[in-house]
Amino acid sequence: MSKDAPDRVVDDPNVAMQNSDEFAELRSRFRRFVFPLTALFLAWYFLYVLLSVFAKDFMGTRVLGNITWGLIFGLLQFVSTFVITMYYARWADREFDPRAEALAQKMGGHHK
Amino acid sequence: MSAIAPTLVPAVTTVGNPAINIGIFALFVVVTLAIVIRASRNNRSAAEYYAGGRAFSGRQNGIAIAGDYLSAASFLGIAGAIALNGYDGFLYSIGFLVAWLVALLLVAELLRNVGKYTMADVLSFRLRQRPVRIAAAISTLVVSFFYLLAQMAGAGGLVALLLGIEGAVGQRIVIAVVGVIMIFYVIYGGMKGTTWVQIIKAVLLIIGAGVMTVWVLGKFGLNLSSLLGEATTASQEGGGKDLLQPGLQYKNPIDFISLSMALVLGTAGLPHVLMRFYTVPTSREARRSVVWAIWLIGIFYLFTLVLGFGAAELVGASEIKNAPGAVNSAAPLLAFKLGGEILLGVISAVAFATILAVVAGLTITASASLSHDIYNTVVRGGDATPEEEVKVARIAALVLGAIAIVGGIFALGQNIAFLVALAFAIAASANLPTILYSLFWKRFNTRGALWSIYGGLVSAITLIVFSPVVSGKAIDPVTKKSPSMLQGVDFHWFPLDNPGIISIPLGFVLGYIGTVTSREYNAAKYAEMEVRSLTGHGAEAATHH
Repeated sequence: MSKDAPDRVVDDPNVAMQNSDEFAELRSRFRRFVFPLTALFLAWYFLYVLLSVFAKDFMGTRVLGNITWGLIFGLLQFVSTFVITMYYARWADREFDPRAEALAQKMGGHHK
Repeated sequence: MSAIAPTLVPAVTTVGNPAINIGIFALFVVVTLAIVIRASRNNRSAAEYYAGGRAFSGRQNGIAIAGDYLSAASFLGIAGAIALNGYDGFLYSIGFLVAWLVALLLVAELLRNVGKYTMADVLSFRLRQRPVRIAAAISTLVVSFFYLLAQMAGAGGLVALLLGIEGAVGQRIVIAVVGVIMIFYVIYGGMKGTTWVQIIKAVLLIIGAGVMTVWVLGKFGLNLSSLLGEATTASQEGGGKDLLQPGLQYKNPIDFISLSMALVLGTAGLPHVLMRFYTVPTSREARRSVVWAIWLIGIFYLFTLVLGFGAAELVGASEIKNAPGAVNSAAPLLAFKLGGEILLGVISAVAFATILAVVAGLTITASASLSHDIYNTVVRGGDATPEEEVKVARIAALVLGAIAIVGGIFALGQNIAFLVALAFAIAASANLPTILYSLFWKRFNTRGALWSIYGGLVSAITLIVFSPVVSGKAIDPVTKKSPSMLQGVDFHWFPLDNPGIISIPLGFVLGYIGTVTSREYNAAKYAEMEVRSLTGHGAEAATHH
């Protein structure tokens, strides 16, 4: 691992796997799931941060008793974090793992 | 409780009974030491010492991650910040929590598949080993060191409040004792011992905070709205402001945005957090770890919201500010108000355990990097035997522990939150760009990594040195001191407290420019890394006995 690999890549099984259609499918499946979700939660988080610093009057308005909009939005950040966590874990267990596992078996199992 | 309260007010140097506090803490130390000794009988191989044999379950590791992450700054700092600044303190905890989604979605599983013991394993996988490993190791050491200083400084402040030890000498002795116990955990217990200490601490901390939360809510008829209302009224009657309004703590919007960026992007670049993913057997268990960690950390931060407002109402802002540990004493003072000496003793012991566990995690991370990245790869050219590596790591832990003790003594009285925010900013600027590029960008190469790591590191530190946190803040009329680190000098030119808004984008941009100006590309290594990261083929397996 610490030595550089040879430049010869033609008969390298990793390169062959990387160039295969099934691996390209696995990669794009993964990226299509996690990248938009990352963009979504970062946008939602920074929206909350920006509202807290630039819309202080709105965030400080009391809605239900002493519960303010700021508190509601803040608690919704907790809710969204928990929901995204479970959504991803479910997807990864059901959709991603079996496919990744199948490709690992093709390469000869998990271990070299 | 009421019998003790009158005698308490004049004697502000100590709260509760120091003997009980020390007794409960000593009990924790004895129990954890016994477990560490039991769990660590065979710690000779490198995989055992650095990664606990990769034999922890996802749930165990998730609890340990929560124990590693919920540091003194989280527990004492956030509860105190909410008690004094209300809503703004709450904002802090949200950044710390949402940050875990970056780790879950983009980093944890891929890193587990690619790496072996350290963050540098992943960063240098397909690049030129020597320069990238050195850069990653330096960044690991710097981030861990600032985080370590924050924890040690926190220990000193806590001591003043809980043990009634106010003199500088007494506090130094306590820091030294905490340091020595921690060194023993790390050297003897390795990652396995450290993990068990973190698991026990996390369970105690979350149960303790949970009991206090229910207790506080019970006093307000289980009604959050009336708790908030009374806390706000209490704050305003004490000459304070409406705790539910944003902007009490963070006056400058840009500064707060900068801090928010560092918080949300820093976690997935903290080396001691990343190293925990190597303690589980598979990437699936790494995922499970993060799921557990997110639930535990999230629930804990919801507790701190109640505890902070509870302290604002039941303890009051002026009593918190005048206590020896100032803002950090809100949670212990609240425990005393609720459950008297015994609950205070339990909560203080948990707070000490927190510092101990976090410091142990940081020390093993830094010592692993010194031994595995610097000694083995750079000094020995990759030829060191695992036994030799572990021996060097143990010596490194001893030296780092000694440095932490000395550094902690010098950092006494420094602002904990500032040191932790600095560690997050450096991690987000120097580590995260290279981790993400390395995992997701085919073209990425050595020059990109070096520019990004060193550029992020140097820019973050430079901006901190010339920021108002180091020099030049106006003198506070109450304390007659400047809130800056240095008194009586002013060489600041950077206007913000946190460098993130500049140094994080800079880390990403430098990584990009460095990459596109260099032609280096290792197709075979990239293929190996990408296939391994996604499928787990070739990933390090758990050791079996």
